[in-house]
Amino acid sequence: MLPLLGSLLQNLVLGVQKGAVYALIAVGYTMVYGVLRLINFAHGDVYMVGAYVGLRLSARMGASISGSVPGFALIFALTLLICGLLGVLIERLAYRPLRTAPRITALITAIGVSLLLESLAMLIWGTSPQFFPTLFPLAPVRALGLDLNPKYLLILFASVLLMAVLWYVVTRTRLGKAMRAVSYDREAASLMGINTNLVISFTFALGSMLAGAAGLLVSALTNVKIEPLVGVMPGLKAFVAAVLGGIGSIPGAVVGGLVMGIAETYVIAFGGSTWQDAIAFVLLILILIFRPAGIMGRATVEKV
Amino acid sequence: MPFLRNGLARLAVGAAVAGGLYYLGEVLGNRQLFHPYYFRIVMLIGISIILAVSLNLVNGVTGQFSIGHAGFMALGAYTGAALTVYGQHRFLPPLNAASPVVQQGALVLSMLAGGLVAALAGYLVGLPSLRLRGDYLAIVTLGFGEIIRVAILNIEAVGGSAGFSGYASPQGRITIPPLTTFFWVYLAVLGVVMFSRNLLRSTHGLTFFAIREDEIAGEAMGVNTTRIKVTAFVLSAFFAGVAGSLYAHYDTYLKPDSFNFLRSIEIVTMVVLGGMGSISGSIVGAAVLAATPEVLRVWMGELSRQTKLPLSPDIVRQLLYALLLIILMLTRPQGIFGSHEVSLRGLFSRRRREVGTPLR
Repeated sequence: MLPLLGSLLQNLVLGVQKGAVYALIAVGYTMVYGVLRLINFAHGDVYMVGAYVGLRLSARMGASISGSVPGFALIFALTLLICGLLGVLIERLAYRPLRTAPRITALITAIGVSLLLESLAMLIWGTSPQFFPTLFPLAPVRALGLDLNPKYLLILFASVLLMAVLWYVVTRTRLGKAMRAVSYDREAASLMGINTNLVISFTFALGSMLAGAAGLLVSALTNVKIEPLVGVMPGLKAFVAAVLGGIGSIPGAVVGGLVMGIAETYVIAFGGSTWQDAIAFVLLILILIFRPAGIMGRATVEKV
Repeated sequence: MPFLRNGLARLAVGAAVAGGLYYLGEVLGNRQLFHPYYFRIVMLIGISIILAVSLNLVNGVTGQFSIGHAGFMALGAYTGAALTVYGQHRFLPPLNAASPVVQQGALVLSMLAGGLVAALAGYLVGLPSLRLRGDYLAIVTLGFGEIIRVAILNIEAVGGSAGFSGYASPQGRITIPPLTTFFWVYLAVLGVVMFSRNLLRSTHGLTFFAIREDEIAGEAMGVNTTRIKVTAFVLSAFFAGVAGSLYAHYDTYLKPDSFNFLRSIEIVTMVVLGGMGSISGSIVGAAVLAATPEVLRVWMGELSRQTKLPLSPDIVRQLLYALLLIILMLTRPQGIFGSHEVSLRGLFSRRRREVGTPLR
């Protein structure tokens, strides 16, 4: 009995670690959906750009500098800055001209932007997988009968920290209040004197920074391969996580991300590792059939 | 008796068209006249047209947004191929050595089987569309396509991730027989085009447009929107399955990755480029997009040297789709044709017939 419980707990820890990354990406999806009612398909590709930008910066600085804490912090800050700017740029060039267009038009554009980022990445960085050097040689530790990998704990810690910053920005600052207002009713917010364009740009910057941070953290700390299509699956799964939690709701995205990570880990643990990419979509279809508003979403009434 | 006359005339026209198709296939397939590579492009264009015109039924006409069409194609391809591979020595004779009539019969059988299995899946995907609209539906279709792909990856009998080209049977290795001919591809093209055209000209077809234009108003006018949407999915999936089976017996090698999200997007791009809702548009969009990468392939090496970029057909194709989608949406969201159709009569009277109203 005890070993089973132990393995369940162990997988729970793994799932939470994985889920934290999904949550980071999902928050960006949900915020953009909140203000624009748009599925920003390119969001997963910002994750990919974050990984590549971090890799390039670290290669330029050398392993010794980028392996030091201030060096990595610098890389982290620069990556966030570049990804934030990229998000703003995408919104400005592709989505803003379509603000009043039918939603499907904007959705098709979003798919186009996603493909564009991927193909540009292929042209700039090539299609062969690249890897971060091991920056922080950390050995796994065993505590409370569980195997804890400090790398993943570090990602978890950083995610929680970023989420806390986000929570502060959204709930305690004027800009955050404006964001919530725009998300609630864009026209009314605009009538109240809120600069909606600025708020939308800010939302994109914030969301893209989080996606870029996720890309950098995951690929720098766990040494997984980086290639132009590396953001597609995390992006889609994070979107599913956002829907799971109730799209438009930031706490929902966090919960959805965690549920998603845990579900995936258990599927792998019970021998279905080849099915791990499908479980997300099975969850999605189930939630949309049985509770379309998501775990923490509000049910909306369609007005004629 | 007008009925008999009409029937006879139809029969005669049908026979003439079939004969013409067969003859055209013989001419185009003649290696002395045309390079086999061009013939290959013609075949791929045909398969793309079936896919685009069938997707147009859902995305263009009914105004839903499906981005999982490759999933239906995959189902048709694997079902059809599994039938002709595993069916041999059981209820089909060895096909590579069989008479042409038996071969063609087997192909038609596998086209139907592929179409029906895909249609069943289309029914299952159509069901959640009762509750979902717009982008949610898009994500569900995407998810469904991915689930199908992952499921195929996990079925060892059809090769799993290694791809499927045949299996080792007690009677020796059986491979997917190359049965697809020009005749059947373009007969299927004709089938899906005529079917869509006749459907959309009927009263029944107007209900599809009603859903696209205003679902709530349509419902209020007595349109059973649920049933029509599911019908659109089933029909669309059926033809995608037929196209899949034709593709399987043309390339004779299937791998799950060739039915990924990008393939679905490719078909969407064809429909969007041509104009959502327009059959002629889908045909033109499919022809242009299926041919362009093949044409570009010729200059790829030189282009890559000139620009010093690691260009490959795949990258250029993806870049092309990306730019097409973005630029079209920003400048001409209705595509080349909008909702217009090109017809022979229309060409002669220099006026284009309009079906429904243009997308806003």
